[in-house]
Amino acid sequence: MRLANQTLKYLSISVLVVIALWSTVFYLFMLEVIHDNIDEELENQKRLIIQELSTNPTIAPDLAFGINNYKVREISEQQALNMQQVYKDTMLYMQDDDDPEPELEPVRMLTTAFEHQGHYYELSIINSMIEESDLIKNLFYSVVILFVLLVVSIVSINKIVIERLWRPLYSFLDQLTRFRLGKTQAKPAMDTKIQEFKDLQLAVTTLIRHNEETYEQQKQFIGNASHELQTPLAIMINKLEMMAESEELKQEQSETIAEVLNTAERLVRLNKSLLLLSKIENKQFLHNENLSLNALVLSMVAEFEDIAEFKQVEMNVVQVDQLHVQMDSALANIVVSNLLRNALFHNRAGGEVNISITGNMLIISNTSAHAALDADLVFSRFYKSDAASKGTGLGLAIVQAICQLYGFVLVYRYENNLHSFQLNMHP
Amino acid sequence: MKVLVIEDEEELREIVKASLIKEEYTVETASDYGAALEKVSLYDYDCILLDIMLPGGNGLHILDQLKSEGKSDNVIIISAKDSLDDKLKGLELGADDYLTKPFHIAELNARIKAVLRRKQRDGKNTLTMGNVVLDLNERSLVIAQRPVPLNRKEFDMLNYFLLNKNRLVSKSALAEHVWGDHTDQADNLDFIYSQIKNLRKKFLASHADVDFEAVYGIGYKLVEK
Repeated sequence: MRLANQTLKYLSISVLVVIALWSTVFYLFMLEVIHDNIDEELENQKRLIIQELSTNPTIAPDLAFGINNYKVREISEQQALNMQQVYKDTMLYMQDDDDPEPELEPVRMLTTAFEHQGHYYELSIINSMIEESDLIKNLFYSVVILFVLLVVSIVSINKIVIERLWRPLYSFLDQLTRFRLGKTQAKPAMDTKIQEFKDLQLAVTTLIRHNEETYEQQKQFIGNASHELQTPLAIMINKLEMMAESEELKQEQSETIAEVLNTAERLVRLNKSLLLLSKIENKQFLHNENLSLNALVLSMVAEFEDIAEFKQVEMNVVQVDQLHVQMDSALANIVVSNLLRNALFHNRAGGEVNISITGNMLIISNTSAHAALDADLVFSRFYKSDAASKGTGLGLAIVQAICQLYGFVLVYRYENNLHSFQLNMHP
Repeated sequence: MKVLVIEDEEELREIVKASLIKEEYTVETASDYGAALEKVSLYDYDCILLDIMLPGGNGLHILDQLKSEGKSDNVIIISAKDSLDDKLKGLELGADDYLTKPFHIAELNARIKAVLRRKQRDGKNTLTMGNVVLDLNERSLVIAQRPVPLNRKEFDMLNYFLLNKNRLVSKSALAEHVWGDHTDQADNLDFIYSQIKNLRKKFLASHADVDFEAVYGIGYKLVEK
């Protein structure tokens, strides 16, 4: 979830809570004010009624609420003394202009007692709350509308403001994503006045500079290690080759030289593979170009033709679709040739290598004398299915490292007695 | 033919020198930046082998110097670094080739021959040994005035052997040159043997007066009968 959306989410939830609380309080408060108002009105009416009644010599009990909206009932002195002045909300049958028959309507009723010429009376006065309840209803709607409006405007203002504020960060992030150590010249930068962003930029720049230094050192170390190992190896191999040329060698000696030479060459391969692996991991190959895997596979298969024929292995290519990929051509070559080599050299006489190319997959499967390999180990360094193998044990590890560099997905499966390497180049 | 070997590692320099003398070249050597710069500015060479990691300076500067004099086209860079940047820079500065250490002697011979041939520019581009004539432009083989068909790899193999006449070509050098890095060491022996056998059959059928001579376990020499 984007930061802006996350902020909006929290903001709208809190606004919702605040407004809900506020409108409840406001509503209750207004209700209170209205009740106070009505109660005052009732109190006023009470005084007027009592005043009017006191001018009458006798008071006839008036037991129903008539047009005067009050009723009077005589009570004992004791009852009168015990009586408190009470306001309460209640329901009464009333008939308005628009009602065909009386309905229950909310009313506010004041019940009190008074004394007149030695007699005690209970007086109840009512005041219809219909208008007030309409008022409250309207009030409630206004609060709801206000709430919706507020939330909508806060959300939209916030969206605009946040997007404006965060724009430098997003552009910075984009630059960072595309930044490649030792490859991109310009350091990621943003044009901003916000202190936190400036700090971030400074931190990132420092980090990059530090990394670039380390990267340079690493690169130099690899270069040096390579130089240090390659030259002695060169001397070793070339001396042996020169020695093998001399005429006086006996067969035995010559065979010993051949063995040492083979061992030295194994060392050369191992060294080259390790260097390649560390170069890939240091992302030193990034001369990406648009490549056709179909063309690459076909030319590679042609390269392997003699060897396949010699090993009596049949190579079949099925092109379901064109597969294009954006990658370094040297690395693409290594991926295809290592997979093909692997499929050829772990094959058996009379076996086959099936290569299938689809719009996103390169699948190379082969017959073999070996049983299924351990899918968890097959790509690890120095893993050899056959301990006697003179391979470096790095071929598939190199392919895997390249796949990781480009985000490809390489899977090993054993299906229908075929070892199958399935490379998804557009996962 | 005068060849200059610029290499700081003494043993390697001496082996290369010994191998080049076998090819009957006049060989001079330089072991550091200063000596190398002095030699290239004083004398002309038909081919210069240049190690770019030298004590006292970067070999690429020497190349730069040669380029300014228009003499950089016969340089073969020899480097322990298989770095694409260096390779591109070197070739940009006019070097003819780039060879990564460790290399096979046969490969070095082949590269030097290629440079020297390009310098001759006599229009002809053939390799001859006895009655065997390999035309590099036409990619065709003529033995005793009769054309002999070759497939692509057979042509490359014969070409390699003709660049290394009477010299030992190890199986792995041959495999690397012709089939790239794609062969497996364990299989080299039998695979190369079968390829040589095919070529030898063609020699016999067309009465060639050259033949392969096996050097036990290591490789083959192409020699005149």
